[in-house]
Amino acid sequence: MVSREPPSSWDPPRQGRWPWFGAFAFLFLVASQTVAIVTSPPDRDMGDLEKILYVHVPAAWIMSLTFAVVMFYSLRYLWKGRETDDLAAASAAEVGTLFNGLTLLLGMLWGKPAWGVWWAWDARLTSTLVLFLIFVGYLSLRAFVDEPERRAQWSAAVGILGAINVPIVYMSVRWWRTLHQVQSSPDTVAGIYVLSLRANAFAFLFVMIYLVRRRYEAACLDRAADHAEQDAALGGR
Amino acid sequence: MSWKDDWRRVRAIAWKDLTTERRSKAGFNGVVALGVTILVLFGFALGPDTQAIRDAAAGVLWLAALFSAVLAFNRSYQVELESGALEPLLLYPGARWTIFSGKLLANLAFVGLMLVIVVMVGIVLFQVTVPAGWPALLGVLALGAVGIVALGTFYAAMASRSRAREVLLPLLLFPMLVPVLLAAIEASRALLAGDVMHEAGAWVKLLVAYDVIFLVVTHLAFEHVIEA
Repeated sequence: MVSREPPSSWDPPRQGRWPWFGAFAFLFLVASQTVAIVTSPPDRDMGDLEKILYVHVPAAWIMSLTFAVVMFYSLRYLWKGRETDDLAAASAAEVGTLFNGLTLLLGMLWGKPAWGVWWAWDARLTSTLVLFLIFVGYLSLRAFVDEPERRAQWSAAVGILGAINVPIVYMSVRWWRTLHQVQSSPDTVAGIYVLSLRANAFAFLFVMIYLVRRRYEAACLDRAADHAEQDAALGGR
Repeated sequence: MSWKDDWRRVRAIAWKDLTTERRSKAGFNGVVALGVTILVLFGFALGPDTQAIRDAAAGVLWLAALFSAVLAFNRSYQVELESGALEPLLLYPGARWTIFSGKLLANLAFVGLMLVIVVMVGIVLFQVTVPAGWPALLGVLALGAVGIVALGTFYAAMASRSRAREVLLPLLLFPMLVPVLLAAIEASRALLAGDVMHEAGAWVKLLVAYDVIFLVVTHLAFEHVIEA
């Protein structure tokens, strides 16, 4: 059975050393979390509650970074038209939505004991939630459109418009709140917490890179299978 | 190829869409009836307390308008899709954005007229006293309609050609419309109360900024969306 070579861009990307990188990322995460939880003194006001800082804040930072990656690949897709860029944007969108959901969930877990409520209609919370909904829409669009090129063009447009809207949503919600009442915000962070926070941010970054990479590999394999199926249906091989 | 030709194309598309709507009428009547029905349902939800209904009137009116406008957006491509007229339309010479502008204008007329009727019914049902500065309120209605219609027409170009268009359009559109709805609702609420706090101005500025940004972006992006 001699198979015709698929187009070169459809050599699915190799796994290479990525599983090792994944193992490193998760070990680093466990280590930096442990160090952070053990070494950080309880906060004066919040007590041990502050330890959620080391998961909530990195999740929020990495979420923003991941959506910036979506924006980058979407723009490059519209510019160069390479299908792999679309798949990379989609993989980043999936992981970004995951971190977005994590940020919201962890924030709520913190908000209940700290503020006494699960949810407050403050500018950051609300715009994070709206961002989550925008990317749920993005992923649904991808699920509802089968034709690959159409899906790629449309999701690039939706991703870019969504990203443009984020600062506008934030501003509008902030005005909406400040016209009524001022929401208290967490205080600035003392120096003792900063190092652990940075280490955990890197841990989250590594995990994010690993997850995006694996989703990207899976997406490419999926498309390679589509191409192979097409070729077989057309009588090639 | 000048802006005059482009303008002629825009007008032709808008006129074509409006003519089909005018001749069938069923679509428009249905959408307006839905808007009024939603108003009545909100009346039940907010309960017989007159003051509560009156306080919520601005938000309720905009939501009723939004829910019925969504139906109009999918309709604006449906006729062409069903009769296979979209591809020939794309084959005509000239810039693609003119198609979008034309559809946008037609939708704006459609939604604007619907909005006027729904708002008038709402004023009666919710016992709203029309303030002295009502022309400003008309301006807010127009600005809000432009924001909703620009994004609605844009997302409908995708949603109406996908599976599950009924779900997809609101799912994509509603989160994007958060700023425009917020600004429109707050501006209308302030104006209905006589704008004693001078809040309305800031919201109107936000509305204008939002409209300009998304009119430009949707016009730029439409070519990618309609070709695929």
